[in-house]
Amino acid sequence: MGKSENIGDQKREQDLINQFLADNVLFLGPDPEIMENHDIAPRTDAEDKAMKKESDPAVLALVRDRLQAGCNETFEMLEQMGAAPGAKWGDLITGIFTPSGDLAVGSTGGVLLFACLVHHPIKFIKKYWEKEPTVGIREGDGFIHNDARYGNIHNTDQSLIIPIFHEGKLVAWAGATVHEGENGAIEPGGMPSAAEQVYDEGLKMSPFKVVENYELKKDLVTYLQNSVREPKLQYEDMKVKLFVCRRLEQRVKAAIAEFGVDAVISSLRRGLEDSKTEVQRRLTEWPEGKVRTVVMADSTLRENCLIKINLEMEKKGDELVLDFRGSSPEFANRCNNTVLSSLKGMLCQLFLMFVWPDLPRNQAVFAPIRVICDPKSTLRSSYTTPNAESMMTFFPAFTAAQLCVAKFLYNTPAKFTKVIAPWHNMIRTFIWGGMTQHNEMVGNLCADLNGMGGGARADRDGEHAIAPIFASMADTGEQELNEEEVPFIQIVSKKIMCDNQAFGKYRGGQGYEMIASNLKSNMWGFMVCCIGSKVSSTPGLFGGYSSPTYPLCKVKGVDTFEIMKSHPEKWEFSIVDIMNKQPFEGAKYSTHHMGLQFELCNRGELYMIMQGSGGGYGDVLERDPDLVIRDIEENLISHEAAWRVYKAVFNPETLVLDRDATQKARDAERAARKKRGVPFKQFVKSWSKPEPPANIPYYGCWGEDCSTIYAGPFAGVPRKVMRADNIEAVFMPNPKDVRIAELEDRIRTLEAKGRG
Amino acid sequence: MKVPMTEYLEIDLDRELWLCRVCGHEIGPARGLYKEGLLVHARDPREIHKPVLDPEMYEFTFAPDPSWVQILEYYCPSCATMVEVEYLPPGHPPVHDMDFDIDALKAQWKTRKPLTAGELAGPDMAHFAQHTHSRKEKAQHRHGGH
Ligand SMILES: [Zn+2]
Repeated sequence: MGKSENIGDQKREQDLINQFLADNVLFLGPDPEIMENHDIAPRTDAEDKAMKKESDPAVLALVRDRLQAGCNETFEMLEQMGAAPGAKWGDLITGIFTPSGDLAVGSTGGVLLFACLVHHPIKFIKKYWEKEPTVGIREGDGFIHNDARYGNIHNTDQSLIIPIFHEGKLVAWAGATVHEGENGAIEPGGMPSAAEQVYDEGLKMSPFKVVENYELKKDLVTYLQNSVREPKLQYEDMKVKLFVCRRLEQRVKAAIAEFGVDAVISSLRRGLEDSKTEVQRRLTEWPEGKVRTVVMADSTLRENCLIKINLEMEKKGDELVLDFRGSSPEFANRCNNTVLSSLKGMLCQLFLMFVWPDLPRNQAVFAPIRVICDPKSTLRSSYTTPNAESMMTFFPAFTAAQLCVAKFLYNTPAKFTKVIAPWHNMIRTFIWGGMTQHNEMVGNLCADLNGMGGGARADRDGEHAIAPIFASMADTGEQELNEEEVPFIQIVSKKIMCDNQAFGKYRGGQGYEMIASNLKSNMWGFMVCCIGSKVSSTPGLFGGYSSPTYPLCKVKGVDTFEIMKSHPEKWEFSIVDIMNKQPFEGAKYSTHHMGLQFELCNRGELYMIMQGSGGGYGDVLERDPDLVIRDIEENLISHEAAWRVYKAVFNPETLVLDRDATQKARDAERAARKKRGVPFKQFVKSWSKPEPPANIPYYGCWGEDCSTIYAGPFAGVPRKVMRADNIEAVFMPNPKDVRIAELEDRIRTLEAKGRG
Repeated sequence: MKVPMTEYLEIDLDRELWLCRVCGHEIGPARGLYKEGLLVHARDPREIHKPVLDPEMYEFTFAPDPSWVQILEYYCPSCATMVEVEYLPPGHPPVHDMDFDIDALKAQWKTRKPLTAGELAGPDMAHFAQHTHSRKEKAQHRHGGH
């Protein structure tokens, strides 16, 4: 710059450059300004005017109830009409958004975190498509979206969004989101754990217009159908979501006709502002200070490794800060990474479902809460990093937060839920795909994912297979209905496995076992995607134990349906008996971690998994021995576990409790604890090590120093140590290459032996 | 005043001490880590989460892998209540899990009354009066009786 130039010139020049850059953007990727902000948008002039004109709380509440009823009505419609299994069993939501895009009213049922994230694509549409001459936002338009990087959980969920106008002015948005399943990824079913790049993950829809004049554009629908394995599903659910959004539009317009447009705008905005204020007020009641926890995810779904989720939760005044720094680096070629906004959506769900379920279901509830993550960590992954299985890191992050929240809540006088141990956090279900008995290609999943075991509560046991962490009201589905459409059956289902319990003064709710097989297809396969086979995924609270770990069990190389016909007596109807007794001759029995990439299942081969238990609460020796007996009666625990864990003494024939002997046994166990327990400082001296064990693939910080991040070692790739503010993505070798290298090593050893 | 912080721990605000809620044992300074006043035992997780599949036959058995995770059990040195458990990789330093601002706690509790067991556990689910089959109860609800 020349000295003679004055400030006016400089500003003119800068404006010119800015304008040039704005006019010549090569690609409109996710906008950090939109994606990193989860606060409600600033109040607009129009909102301000409306709020001044209509501020009667009674009127605003009436409007809100009317819109809430509209959301619940459309939720029912979507559930009844949607074709996706996810829609049928409650993995969906409908909502109404302010003109700026904030979620103001969500349906009472369904997956709230879907809706909590739709404000990002709406804000994108507003910012980029409103003034774009080739797009625009007009009455009768509709937009579709599924890419998590523009605001979503993962791209198996699809949203349809329509603007709502009144006298030519945009007054609200309506949105519907469904877990659709199939999305044309490298594996069928929409949640490809084999994806090594974002391009393996199937459709990545940035928000775009698919509806004009309230009609789906046939050319675009055809393109989308052509990109997925279930073209019928893609079309049907786009139609259903559009219809549902139109019904929401009708309800908003009816409210405008009855109460006036100012009342509607004012009600939407007031609900958000009041919710935010109320959360701030409630937070001031929490104790001040810091609560910390560590949750270990034990798999990328391709291989086992320890992925640290590190959380420090600080409450200060009316603010809560969730600091996840020190957590694992992102994985460049694994899809277990989380986009920061997805993490926030999941955490929002925690507060709305498990902390303040009485508050309106809107996004302002999360507005006073801050989230901090290291850039390029697995909870704040980069644009180029795959994320189709983000649940594998953001579910453990949810659990870490649930654990910390309980430690703040216990002391807080005004509670709105029970103090609760962590809910089970993994979707233990089958994803499936192939050709059906009706000769159709499909790819989707079983609704058993909704049957997570509830955490134990401060005054009672958890409930079995009750609800997923991401939806308060969702169903596990009817297997008989599934069998009409898909060619596999669950030979054993809804049967609770004995001793699959998170022990405690109050035990976690347990899960059921599932034994599935292909009956009617020449081409059919399964996937499963969970962590928690080596290290349990769901801890307990206040001295309660965690859930057990869960493997995938397989029986291959035999048609057990034929055995059922010829030797029915050989059939065992539990995972434990089939695996331990191995009743089918010639079959191959094996166990695996729960990251199964899509694999063909021949007729009669068995794929066996278990749902998970919620965490236990309190000291096992404090469990009411009558409850121990009840659990035995209900076959939830064995006699052996009742003695080994709970020290309950009873007559094994009659199950009559010996209270004195139980008391004595428990006293003896307390004495034994004192004997084996070591004073903390002395314990730490021998226990604590300065670095992670050299032989364990470990990802994240070690101990409380969050500034140093470890990664590896894994399969011959040495451990890398990096600074938290300069994380490099981890690149994992192909598990098949790892296996080949192991086998080549063995051949070399054997050959050397042969020569020697 | 003593304020409960967990099922088994409370803070004596006047004496600034962590106490065991079961036996009243003085665990240590409230501004410090309560774990320092407890006994610890590192447990093989298979003792609690027993393999249900035969470990001779299978790699994964429903039991955690002890080389990847251990259970740290914290006991009150006086009454041996298991105050907390922590699942950590071998050698990972115990986490300083609760670090409360004692002065702020004192200020908050100046005007508060002690909590009942029910208040500590949290509220029961809302009463679903509309589901009741008793006409008398229904009538009471209609007239605002509770
Ligand atoms: Zn004690």
